[in-house]
Amino acid sequence: MSSNHLKELEEESIYIMREVAAQFERPALLFSGGKDSITLVHLARKAFYPAKFPFPLVHIDTGHNFPETLTFRDQLVGKIGAQLIVRYVQDSINQKKATEETGKYASRNSLQTVTLLDTIEEFKFDACIGGARRDEEKARAKERIFSVRDEFGSWEPKRQRPELWGHLNGMINYGENVRCFPISNWTELDVWNYIKQEKLNLPSIYFTHQREVLIRDGQIFPYSEFLNMDGEEISTQDVRFRTVGDMTCTAAVSSTAGTLDDIISEIKSSRISERGARMDDKRSEAAMEKRKLAGYF
Amino acid sequence: MKLLKFSTAGSVDDGKSTLIGRLLYDTGSLTEDQLEAVEAASKRKGFDYLDLSLLTDGLSAEREQGITIDVAHIYFATANRKFIIADTPGHVEYTRNMVTGASNSRLSIILIDARKGVIEQTQRHFFIANLLQIPEIVVAINKMDLVDYQQAKFNAIKEAFLQFTQGFPNFKQNITFIPISSLKGDNVVNESENMPWYKGKSLLHYLENVDVNSYVNKKDARFPVQYVIRPHSEEFHDYRGYAGQVISGAFSVGEEVTVLPSQQKSKVKQVVTFDGDLEIAETNSCVTLLLEDEVDITRGNMLVKTANQPQIDKEITADICWMDTQLLVQGGKYLIEHSHNLIKAMVREVDYIVHTSTLKKDTETKTIKLNDIARVKIKTAQPLFFDAYEQNQANGSFILINEQTKNTVAAGIIV
Ligand SMILES: Nc1nc2c(ncn2[C@@H]2O[C@H](COP(=O)(O)OP(=O)(O)OP(=O)(O)O)[C@@H](O)[C@H]2O)c(=O)[nH]1
Ligand SMILES: [Mg+2]
Repeated sequence: MSSNHLKELEEESIYIMREVAAQFERPALLFSGGKDSITLVHLARKAFYPAKFPFPLVHIDTGHNFPETLTFRDQLVGKIGAQLIVRYVQDSINQKKATEETGKYASRNSLQTVTLLDTIEEFKFDACIGGARRDEEKARAKERIFSVRDEFGSWEPKRQRPELWGHLNGMINYGENVRCFPISNWTELDVWNYIKQEKLNLPSIYFTHQREVLIRDGQIFPYSEFLNMDGEEISTQDVRFRTVGDMTCTAAVSSTAGTLDDIISEIKSSRISERGARMDDKRSEAAMEKRKLAGYF
Repeated sequence: MKLLKFSTAGSVDDGKSTLIGRLLYDTGSLTEDQLEAVEAASKRKGFDYLDLSLLTDGLSAEREQGITIDVAHIYFATANRKFIIADTPGHVEYTRNMVTGASNSRLSIILIDARKGVIEQTQRHFFIANLLQIPEIVVAINKMDLVDYQQAKFNAIKEAFLQFTQGFPNFKQNITFIPISSLKGDNVVNESENMPWYKGKSLLHYLENVDVNSYVNKKDARFPVQYVIRPHSEEFHDYRGYAGQVISGAFSVGEEVTVLPSQQKSKVKQVVTFDGDLEIAETNSCVTLLLEDEVDITRGNMLVKTANQPQIDKEITADICWMDTQLLVQGGKYLIEHSHNLIKAMVREVDYIVHTSTLKKDTETKTIKLNDIARVKIKTAQPLFFDAYEQNQANGSFILINEQTKNTVAAGIIV
C-alpha cells in the first residue's frame, strides 16, 4: 500500500487539530495509551511543529490498566514534554459518584464516563480530542468530526449539525462541550500502516508475548487480579492485543506477530473485527450508542 | 493507493443502505462478527433473507423505523482503491444530512426504484449533486429483480432521467446508468446473468476505475491562515509561522505574496513541516509558512499571489440550502463562516426559491423554509476574500450559523 492515501488522511487530521486549537479556549487530548491515541499525539506534534501542541493530555485511569501502557505513557510524556493530567475512576467510586459493577462481567469501562465528565467540569474543557474511528462500530459510523455534547455529555444523534466541506462549526453555548475526532476517517489498517510509516513506538502488549490467560465465552482473557473469576482455568499462551482498554473487558488474540509487518498481514487476513475483542460492545446491539448517549467518547 | 470518497442519494427505500451492505458483502469486506450480528438481527426481525441495510443503519431509531436518518461513513478497500462512503438518508426531512454526505464526495450514486422511476426526491437529489458540482454521477436503477430484469423498464427510466437533466444548461457531470439489484447482487460487484442485454460493467468495476483527480484547482494560489504558531521558546525566538492548508494552487520559497486584507507584500521565506522544510507547498498540503518580513497576520487572513487575487467584497450572491426548522426571513442576521473568517452577515435579499423538480423560480416568496434552495444576496460586516464556487470549491463555499442556537443553518455556494 503506497503512502498516497495516508498522506491525504494525515493532512485531514492535521487540519482538524488546528481547527480545534483555533476555535476552542481550553481543549484537551484524551489519551488512553492505545495505538489510536498514540497516533493522535503524533499528529498533534506535526500540526503545531515547531511549537508544542497547545493542549494537555488527559488520561482517565480505570485503575485496571495494563502496567505496560502506563510505563509507555510516562515515557512518551517525558520524551515530548507534554502536560499530563490523570484522573482516577477509583476516586469517583470513593466519592460515591460511580458504583462498581458486580458479577463475572464487572468492568470499569462505562464508569469512565463519570470521571471524564467530572474532569471536563473541573478543568472547564470546551473540547476533548479523541481517537475514535468511524470504522470501529456502527454507531461511531454516525459521528460527526465535531460532535456537540450537552452539559451531561450526551450525544444527540438526531440533532447533529450538518458538516459541510471543511467547515467545522465549533460554536457552543455555556456548559456544552465538543468531542473532536481527527482520525474519524482512518481504518484500523490505516492506523497500523501509518505507525509503520512513521516508525512510532507502541506499548509492548500489541506484540506477541506469553501471558496467563483464561477462556471465557470463546474469548481469550488476560488473567489479572481485577477479573472476577468463574472457575475458569488459567493457562499460558502466545497472545497479543489488538485494542487496548480496561483489562477486564479487553480480550487478547492468539498471535505470534512480533513485528509491525506481521501485525499488518494478520489484520488483513483477520475474519474478526477489532471491536470483536471488546466485551463492552457485545453487551447488546446498541451498546456503543447507549454509552455515547450517556456521555462516553 | 488512491482514495475515492463517494455518497449515495435517492428517495427513501430505494435501497441505498442495502447497496452499500451488498458492496461490503460481495467484496468479502465483512468480518465474521459483523456477519453474525446482521444474521441475528435479520432473524429477530423475522426476515428470511439477510437485511444488509442493518450494516449501515447504526442508530436504534433507524433500525426500528427501517430508514436511514443520518449519514453513516463506511470504509472498504479493494486491491487498487480505498473507498470512503457516505450512506445518506433518502427521507426529505433529513435532506441536510444528505447534503453533508454529498459535500465531501467526488462521486454520487443516485438510486432509483425500477418500479417507481424518476420521482420528486430523485430530482431533488440530482439538483443538489449538480449544485455542489459533484463531477461524477452514477444513476443506479435498483430492484431490477422486481421488474423481471426488463430492459424496457431500464431504458424508460434512463430516458426520463436524461429528459430531466435537459433543464440544467450548465450541467457538466459525467452520468453513467447501471441496472442493479442490491438485494440479489446483480451488477453490484458481480456482473449479472439476469440481464444479458446490459453490456456495461458492474458498479464496483466502475468505482475502481473512474478518474478521481478530475478536479483540482492548481492555478489560483490561496492560503487561508488557520492558526498562528508561536513556540515562545529559546530556540525559536520571535518565530511566527502561519499554519494552514493550501486550498488551491501552490506556493514556492522566494515567491512574492500579498496578505489579505492588509494588502501588505512579502516573500515566502520557508515552507515548514514536521518532516522537514519543503521548496514548494502543493495544493491540499497542510504546512506552516514563514515570511521574509514581519507582517501582522491572524487567523482568517489569506496569503495569495500578488498577480492573482480573489474577489474582495462585503457583498456576495449565493445559492443556499436551508437546513434549519426556523424560517429564514429577508433581513435575517447570521454568522458566516468562510475560509476561517467568522463574520456577522445579513441576508439582504431573497432573489428566488427554486423548485427542484420543475426548476421554476419563485420570486414572490421571501421566507425560506427547511430544505429550500434559494438564491440570495448576503451583506457581511467585513470583506470576504472569495472565488466563485465553480472555480474554487474551498474558497467558494461557506456556512451560515445561527448566533443564538449556534447551529449550522445553511450551506452556501458563491456564484
Ligand atoms: N426486491 C428488492 N428489494 C430491495 C432491493 N434493494 C433494497 N430492497 C429493499 O428495499 C427496502 C429499503 O432498503 P434500504 O436499503 O433500507 O433503503 P434506503 O434507500 O437505504 O432507505 P433510506 O436510507 O431510509 O432512504 C428494504 O426492505 C430492502 O430489502 C432490491 O434490489 N430488490
Ligand atoms: Mg438507508
